Amino acid sequence: MAPSPQSEIHTTVPALSAERPVIWPPRTRTTLSNGLEVVLVESHTVPKFTGQLFFRSGNAVTAATVPGLADMTATVMRTGTTQRSSRRIEEDLRRMGADLSSGAGADTSAVSFAGLVDFSQDLLRLVAELTQHASFPADEFERERRQLIEGLRIERTTPGFLASERLRKVLFGSHPYGTISPTEAQVESYSLEQLKDFYRQYYRPGNALLVMVGDYLPQAMLAQIENAFSSWPAGNSGSAPDPALPELQGRGVYLVHLPGSVQAQILVGNRAITRKHPDWPRLTLANSIYGGAFNSRLVMNIREAKGYTYSPRSGVHSYRQHGYFTISAAVRNEVVAATLTEMFYEVDRMRSTPVGEEELADARNYMTGTFSLGLATQDGLAGQLATSTLERLPENYLETYRERISKLTAADVLDASQKYFDSDNAQIVIVGDRAQLEAQAASFGKVTVYDAQANLI
Amino acid sequence: MKQLNIPIESMSLPNGLRVIASPDHAAPVATVGVYYNIGFRIEPQGRSGFAHLFEHMMFQGSANAGKMMHIKLINSSGGVLNGSTHYDVTNYYESVPSNALERMLWLEADRMRALKVDDENLRNQRDVVKEEVRVNVLNQPYGGFPWLDLPPIAYRNWSNAHNFYGDFEDLDAATLEDVQKFFKTYYAPSNAVLLILGDVDTDEGFKLAERYFASIPSGPQPMPADIDEMPQIAERRGEVEEKFGTLPGIAIGYQAPQRLTLEWYAAAMLDRALHGGRAGRVYRKLVLEQQIAVDAEGGIHYPVGDLFDYNGPTLMVTRLLHKPEYSADQTIAAYDQIIEEMKQTGIAAEELEPIKVKFRSHYVSMLEGGHGASIPRYGLMHLLACFTLFDNDPQLVNSILDGFMEVTPEAVQSVAHKLLTRNNRSIVIRQPAKKGAV
Repeated sequence: MAPSPQSEIHTTVPALSAERPVIWPPRTRTTLSNGLEVVLVESHTVPKFTGQLFFRSGNAVTAATVPGLADMTATVMRTGTTQRSSRRIEEDLRRMGADLSSGAGADTSAVSFAGLVDFSQDLLRLVAELTQHASFPADEFERERRQLIEGLRIERTTPGFLASERLRKVLFGSHPYGTISPTEAQVESYSLEQLKDFYRQYYRPGNALLVMVGDYLPQAMLAQIENAFSSWPAGNSGSAPDPALPELQGRGVYLVHLPGSVQAQILVGNRAITRKHPDWPRLTLANSIYGGAFNSRLVMNIREAKGYTYSPRSGVHSYRQHGYFTISAAVRNEVVAATLTEMFYEVDRMRSTPVGEEELADARNYMTGTFSLGLATQDGLAGQLATSTLERLPENYLETYRERISKLTAADVLDASQKYFDSDNAQIVIVGDRAQLEAQAASFGKVTVYDAQANLI
Repeated sequence: MKQLNIPIESMSLPNGLRVIASPDHAAPVATVGVYYNIGFRIEPQGRSGFAHLFEHMMFQGSANAGKMMHIKLINSSGGVLNGSTHYDVTNYYESVPSNALERMLWLEADRMRALKVDDENLRNQRDVVKEEVRVNVLNQPYGGFPWLDLPPIAYRNWSNAHNFYGDFEDLDAATLEDVQKFFKTYYAPSNAVLLILGDVDTDEGFKLAERYFASIPSGPQPMPADIDEMPQIAERRGEVEEKFGTLPGIAIGYQAPQRLTLEWYAAAMLDRALHGGRAGRVYRKLVLEQQIAVDAEGGIHYPVGDLFDYNGPTLMVTRLLHKPEYSADQTIAAYDQIIEEMKQTGIAAEELEPIKVKFRSHYVSMLEGGHGASIPRYGLMHLLACFTLFDNDPQLVNSILDGFMEVTPEAVQSVAHKLLTRNNRSIVIRQPAKKGAV
C-alpha cells in the first residue's frame, strides 16, 4: 500500500548517505626536450578530448606600450599559416569535428581546442602549425581590426563591461591589470609587425604549457604530442612588469553615466590576494558564505528577502601578480543606496561575528561538493588541471583540496573577512543613468562621474 | 561509426510519473531533474511571462520544505541547482555528490506534491523577475534579439507570438490564485518525467523514486493547447529599436519543418551548412569574405533553444550584426545570394560529410555536459526528458544520430527549395536609435 501523503518519510529530510571516495585521476607529466611542459589526464566519458596550449605571456606584457596586443595576436594567429589559408583552417577543423579558439587574458595567451579522438593527431598538428607557423595575412588582420573596433563600441554600451573597466582602473591604476581593453585609437595603431614580434617572442615552447584531458591512453597521446611539437625550436621569454599599485584610502564612488539605463549595475571591490597565498582557501570559503553561492547571505538578503535584484554575487579573482574581491548586483534605480547599505551590512557582519557551526559546515560541503562535480566531465577536469598547473600550485593541490577546505574553522573565516573584505576602503562603481543615481551614490563617498567613453565629466 | 549505447532504463508509477535512469559511475556525482510538459508558449493569455514567474515560485516553498530550503539543502549537500522555462517544457535540476541523491528526490517530490507559497513570496519573485528582464533584455545592447523580437512578427497565434518574458503589467496582474491553478493544471505527476543520472544504480534510483513520488495524487491531464499556425503565405517584416548597441542587426527566420520528419533531419544539416561556425556559409561569406557583417550566427530554434527542445512551430534563424555603411537591403541581398546558391547548386558530399562529423562531435559533447562543467550530463538529461515528454521514446537519444547521418546532398537541396522561400520567412531589423546630445 502506498504511504499516506504526510507520512514521516515525506515530512523528514533524508540524511546524506556515506560519501563515495573522491579520487582525482592520475596525471602524466612530462617536459619535451624543447622545454614544452605537458600534463595529460584520461577521461573516458565521451570519445573526445579537450586541450589548451598556454603561453605564460598575455596582455600585461605590453600593457604599457601596446594594450591588448596579445589578444589581437592570438586572434589573427588562427587566420592563416604558411601551409593553410583561413578558409582551409576552418574547413579542416570541421572535417575533424573540432572546435578551436584563441585569445589572451592579462597573464596568458592560449589556444583552446576540442575534438573527436579519431582525429587527435591531425588536430594537434594544426595547433602546432598555428603556434609555430602562423602567417599573419594582412587582409585578415585588417578584418579582425575592424571587428574588434565594432566590438569595443558595443562593449561601451554594456553595463557589465563599463563597471569592470572602471573598477579595475580604480584598483590597479597604471598597472597592467588596470586596463581591461584597448581604446579604438590603440587598436587603430596596431601594426602587423607588432603582432609578429609578439608571436616570435612569446610563442615559445619554454614559455608554454599543454594541458589535455580525454578519451585516450596517455602514452599513445604523448607520442602524438611529440610528433606535433618536438621539432619546435626551444626558446623562453621574459616576464611582465609589476609597477606600484595606487594607494587607496577610504571609500571612493565612481558613477559611469550610461544614458537611457533602466537599471543600475553596482560593482564594489577591493584588492585581495592571489591563489598562491596561504589565505586563499579561507578567503574562498568566506566568499562562499558572503555571496558566492545561491544560499549565501548576500543572495538571501537582497534577492530573496528584499527583491532588489536577480543577479547578486560576490567573487574572488586571482591573477598572477595580484587578486581582488568583488560584490555585484544589477538593481532597480530606486534601491541603489539601499542595496549598498545591505552589501556593507553583510560585509561588516562577516568581519565582526564568527560564522555559526551549521553555516560553516554547509559552506565547506558546498565547496568540496562542487569541486567533485568538476570531475565528471572533460571540461571540468581540464579547468581544474589548467588552474593548478598554470599557477604552479603544489603537485598534490587537487588531491588535497577537499581536505584543506574541510579543516577550515570559523576563526579562519573571520580572519579572512577582516583582512580581505576591506569595507573601509571599498571602491564603489555604479553604471546607469546619472540623474537617477547621483544623489543616492553621494551618501557613500565623494562621487566621480565618467561617461561611457571613460572620460571624466 | 560506433552506435551510441548509453544505458537508459524507464518505468512509470501508478500516478503517471515517468522515471528514467541512466547510470554512469565514472565520478561520484549525480544529476537529478524533473521536467514538466509546460512551457511559456501556452501560458494563459493576459498572463504573459507567467510560466517563467511560476518557475521562480517553485523555489519559494513546498509542502515540507519552506522558502529557501530547496536551495539551502542542495548547496549544503555540495550541489548546485537551477530551473529554466522553455517553449514547451520547464525543468528543475540539481547536480550533487551521489550521497545526496535521496535528499534530492525527497525535495523534488515535495514540490511536486504541493506548493506552499504566500503573497509575500509572489511579490518578492515578481520584483526579482523584473530585474531579470532588465538585466537580460531592457538594459543590455541587443537584449532579447532576436528571441523576443521574431515571434510577434513571425506568428499569428498568441501562444507562439507573445512576449515570453512577460509584459510588466501582466506580471503585476498575476495572483496567488493563478499560481495554485497553474500548479494544479500543469504540475501533475502524469505531466512530468523524473530523470536520475550518474552515480546511481538503476534499481536503487527506481526504489527511491517510488518511495517519495508514488503517493503524490494523480491529476487530470491538461487539455492539449492550440499552438497551430495558419500556413504562411507572404514574407513578414518588422523593425525594433536598438536602444544601446551601435550596429544594425537583422534576424531572418524560416518556418522549420516538423520534428523527426525526414525533412527535419535534412533541415538540420542545411542549417549547419549555413550556420556551422566560421566554416558555415553565412559566416564565411558575410563576415570573412564580403565583410558586410561583423557577426553571424544561427540555428534551428536558435538562440534560446536547440534542435531537440521544442514541440510546435519554430524557426530556423540567422542573426546578423552588420556594418553601418551597408543598408539593411544590401545586407539582405548579400544573404539572399547565399540562399539562392544553396538552392541552385545544392551541397557537395565533400561539404556535407564534414558537417556530419562536426554534428556528431557536438552531439556527444552535449550529452556529457551541455551546460558548462557545473551540471554533468545536463544535455543527456535534457534530451531524455524531451524525447520522453514529446515522443514517449527516451531511447531516441541513442538512435537519433542515424537520421542525420543518412541525410543525402539531394535531401539538403530539396529541403532548401521548400524551406528557404521568401514567403516562408520573417525578418526583423534592429535599428540603433539616433543618438542625440546627452
